Amino acid sequence: MSAAPPPRIAVLVFPGSNDDRDAALALERLGAEPKLVWHAEPELPDVGAVVLPGGFSYGDYLRCGAIARFAPVLEAVRRFADDGGLVLGICNGFQVLCEAGLLPGALRPNASLEFVCSDVTLRLERTDTPFTSRANAGQTLTIPIKHGEGCYFADDELLEELERNGQVVLRYERNPNGSIAAIAGVTNERGNVFGLMPHPEHAVDPLLGSTDGVLVLGSLVDAARERLLTAA
Amino acid sequence: MKATILVRPKPGILDPQGEAVQSSLRQLGFAVDEARVGRVIDLELEDKDAEATRAELERACEQLLANPLIESYEIAVEG
Repeated sequence: MSAAPPPRIAVLVFPGSNDDRDAALALERLGAEPKLVWHAEPELPDVGAVVLPGGFSYGDYLRCGAIARFAPVLEAVRRFADDGGLVLGICNGFQVLCEAGLLPGALRPNASLEFVCSDVTLRLERTDTPFTSRANAGQTLTIPIKHGEGCYFADDELLEELERNGQVVLRYERNPNGSIAAIAGVTNERGNVFGLMPHPEHAVDPLLGSTDGVLVLGSLVDAARERLLTAA
Repeated sequence: MKATILVRPKPGILDPQGEAVQSSLRQLGFAVDEARVGRVIDLELEDKDAEATRAELERACEQLLANPLIESYEIAVEG
């Protein structure tokens, strides 16, 4: 075993974030050193990856994620992503990344108009991403969702592009929110930015009902470690 | 001067709020075939040339007030 230090991973904190500490705790348990980074910071610390957590940033005013994308730290995240840095957006974090244009598409109110809170079964479409490398091809994951606005939308042209490029990483087995093509998680074209509505940080301990979230967050920790080692 | 911005879900975009409003109206006996729910934003602005204001608001809509992927917008500038 290598004695490499734990990879540092930034977890952004916006006013209204509420899964930041759960994300940090999960990353820590998986061998990373999480660093909470306040939204007003103009720069990111030296990290191997960035996580945008769930919650209701800026009260979700106007549209979910619409205000958070103007946070000073988002400019630093954009530069980090442009340099190939790994960025993971969970739930509200996914919404922020879409609003910021770092991920394609948009998230709309659930078709049912109801807040959904339950475990869902997800089909993994790709295991060759830095966010899913610990999983096996064809595997299904059980991870909870809890959102009112998780209905993923892409117009026909964009959807065709996403499917062609293999950017759809996760799909719901049973569509809980009306997402187009049952999409639960997508990457950008380059594959270094990933957003998903389910909450892997809430599925890292048998006590929580599932440990499948480890497959996502553990993959990120592995990739962040590798990235820091090759950069060193 | 004042301006009003109307933001609407684009045609074809699923609007569950509109559907709920339509079905509620029908339950009340109103013969409504479709309802779409958008948003109105009233702005008070510094007095300026109306054309320049419109161009500025256009940018405001593209950058923040609407998500061009899913929403259309209309700008009305008063006075």
